[in-house]
Amino acid sequence: MVGICMAGAYVPRYRLSREKIFQAMGWLNPATRSLARGQKAVANYDEDSVTMAVSATMECRVEKEKADCLYFASTTMPYQERQNAGIIATALGMREDVRTADFTGSLKAGTTALISALETVVAGGCSSIVVCASDCRLAKMGGQEEMFFGDGSATAIVGKDDVIAEYKGSFSLSVDFVDRFRTPSSPFGRAWEDRWIRDAGYDKIIPRALNSFLKKYDLKLEDFSKVLYCCPYPSERRKLNKKLGLKEDQIQNFLMERVGDTGVAQPLVMLASVLENARAGDNILLLSYGNGCDAIWFEVTDSIGRLKESRPLEKSLDAGVELDPYEKYLVWRDVVPFEAGLRAEHNPPVRWSLVWRLRRAILGFCGSRCTRCGTPQFPPQRVCVNPACGAIDEMEDYYFSDKEGKVASFTGDNLAATVNPPQIYGHVLFEGGGKVLMDFTDCNLDTLHVGMPVTPVFRVKDYDRVRGTTRYGWKVKPV
Amino acid sequence: MASGIRDKVAILGMGCTRFGERWDAGGEDLIVEAFTQCLEDAGIDKNEIQACWFGTYYPEIGVGKSGIPLSSTLKLPFLPVTRVENKCATGTEAFRGACYAVASGAYDICFALGVEKLKDTGYGGLPAGSTEGEIDVMLGANKTAPGAFAQLASAYSAKYKIPMERIKEAMAHVSWKSHQNGAMNPRAHLRRAVTKEQILKAPMVAYPLGLFDCCGVSDGAACAIVTTPEIAKSIKRNEDLVFVKALQIACSSGEEALFTAWDGASVLTTTRAAKRAYDEAGIQDPRREISMMEVHDCFSITELVTMEDLQISPRGGAIEDILNGFFDLKGGGIPCQVDGGLKCFGHPIGASGLRMIFEVYNQLLQRWPEERLVKNPRYGLTHNLGGFPHQNVVAVTILGINS
Repeated sequence: MVGICMAGAYVPRYRLSREKIFQAMGWLNPATRSLARGQKAVANYDEDSVTMAVSATMECRVEKEKADCLYFASTTMPYQERQNAGIIATALGMREDVRTADFTGSLKAGTTALISALETVVAGGCSSIVVCASDCRLAKMGGQEEMFFGDGSATAIVGKDDVIAEYKGSFSLSVDFVDRFRTPSSPFGRAWEDRWIRDAGYDKIIPRALNSFLKKYDLKLEDFSKVLYCCPYPSERRKLNKKLGLKEDQIQNFLMERVGDTGVAQPLVMLASVLENARAGDNILLLSYGNGCDAIWFEVTDSIGRLKESRPLEKSLDAGVELDPYEKYLVWRDVVPFEAGLRAEHNPPVRWSLVWRLRRAILGFCGSRCTRCGTPQFPPQRVCVNPACGAIDEMEDYYFSDKEGKVASFTGDNLAATVNPPQIYGHVLFEGGGKVLMDFTDCNLDTLHVGMPVTPVFRVKDYDRVRGTTRYGWKVKPV
Repeated sequence: MASGIRDKVAILGMGCTRFGERWDAGGEDLIVEAFTQCLEDAGIDKNEIQACWFGTYYPEIGVGKSGIPLSSTLKLPFLPVTRVENKCATGTEAFRGACYAVASGAYDICFALGVEKLKDTGYGGLPAGSTEGEIDVMLGANKTAPGAFAQLASAYSAKYKIPMERIKEAMAHVSWKSHQNGAMNPRAHLRRAVTKEQILKAPMVAYPLGLFDCCGVSDGAACAIVTTPEIAKSIKRNEDLVFVKALQIACSSGEEALFTAWDGASVLTTTRAAKRAYDEAGIQDPRREISMMEVHDCFSITELVTMEDLQISPRGGAIEDILNGFFDLKGGGIPCQVDGGLKCFGHPIGASGLRMIFEVYNQLLQRWPEERLVKNPRYGLTHNLGGFPHQNVVAVTILGINS
């Protein structure tokens, strides 16, 4: 049986109130009034599509030795040349004899990656594939897209053992319908008229894919307990629900009020949301949207209880904290110029040969453990740091990325150059041994204390705007 | 069998510039300023110097690397000049090199100078960029000196279960005392006395360190000419002489940063270097025998834990000593930071170790005016801490009057 072995979604900690956006920018575009409801999830200053993909995958507790493929789907990949999936695979500590690929170019890239993974396992080419989808799209201030777009990610582990949702079939439609596009010349996209996008796009393409799918497998809409489709327009969703003939309990919430449209991640985020509440035997139909449409059919199995225990999406939805003020978001996303100070001008290049030598430590948070005395240490050492041992070259790899720790000391530093002052960092004592001085994130100084449990997270350490380099590493956040 | 440095080297003369934001002077000017004072004090001619040790930490924004900036600025006649660098212990390392050269018998008269020109960076604090190497850049926290030293405070509070308000109170006293002392010193960078209320209300730099818990970033130079006891006695007949009693340094073993045994509320290197220095100087009970100290108060929390690491205050007992005025100039205990310390005299990295020695030297010779004089001191101690509490080099020097 081939299908999804585990699914997880990740919604970043911060939420921006759409009312706040409207208060700031409504004067420019009063028509956004009708959209000024609820909150949208926004990536922290040190998150991007790659780090969010790692976060969602960590939620799936992927067995890093087992996975033999990793697909990453996004339209906001930080690198055009340098494979982003490779960064994620290294961060996860996967083996190097694996196949990795980036899927991009369309908002349906996430479902395309998922179908490619499912079909590969069906064909017997691989037995465990990590599929992650993530987006962190920029919108111009005051526009409708600023209201719509949210940041988030989702991961599905595709395999053939003990699946929680069996893969039953799929249908794909590809059309060059240019409702919106984005080129390397600008971080912002350009969309054509809304009325045309709704009437000629969503209202035609989604029913066409759905009906073709039903015909292909000789199914009826009533065969599905949930039908998930991607469309951010609230009015168009109401129209489509009626047009398709969906019953109330078949409709899946788009999460617009709490997350927003997470682009490529959206269908997988919705799928994770459905699976967290699904029962064995449920049939689920997932429809993406973007230059066409992918339709994927799953049937939930008895193993679904495994996911319902952890419910990562529900947890990250509940963990939201309002981001205030709105201007902080603009600075974090580099939408407006701001004064970073002379100290921030110091900007040496990333030394890639060093990154290569230390890739497992830098990207994977892999240290060493002395095989003689058992002491874990980070960064990896040649000579054991235990003063009672001192063994030379008797180390083995030791990953800290899946270990929890406790705060041993901390500060909030107002001198360090950062767009999120104060820079919070401190010594962390890891369970099982090892101590590391690390940056903290997703926390406030006034709630920190010595002894507080923390967990490692993969984050952007630094963005070099001169060379366009995103530098990654590990931090900790409160459990 | 090694016998240590005690009484093998005497200081013949010293010089020290006014520290501060010396917009008027480059590193080369500071070198000349300190050197002319030093030569005059030593009573010798430039050509009598046989070898030099030159300390500077950030030469990239100052005078440049190597020993050449010293020799070419002072037009030294093709003398051997060794540039040394060991973080904030740089000045003391230069002094140590000169002393060891004399003690070895290789030379009779040696010169040590430390200089730093920091105020050409364009911003406050030390120059940006890691000084820990590129692995630290890739793997380390986005840290600064105040943030790294601030770690001591939260760990100290947790270890001894002392509320942060109480630590803040003691830190305010540390800073208040140094401002009192610095205000009397014409060479000091910060010369205004401040109230404890001002200190406690100041903006936060790195929690829990406020602005007044952090030392000044300054330009300055300090230097010394050292020689054998015999030569010193022949040049300075019937005068008191200052002798080197101990020179010790200790570098982190990596244990503090990576192993789990260290409590984070102390500095292991200080304890090790101090123990060796007391042994070398023949000091049994430092709290009774040391007459005055110049310690590395880069941040007031550093001075607080240093009192324990130097075995002056008992573990967990520094706060009481501080608030009782034990380290105040006229407090009846061991006056500490008599010249204002790094806090107010200022901290041009490469010069600081020699600046501390300069203060102890002049106090031992009873050269300062009554208001800031330590009466009849016997042993003076200097202490530098370079790096961070978890990864550092510490130098401890003990000087004494006569042998």
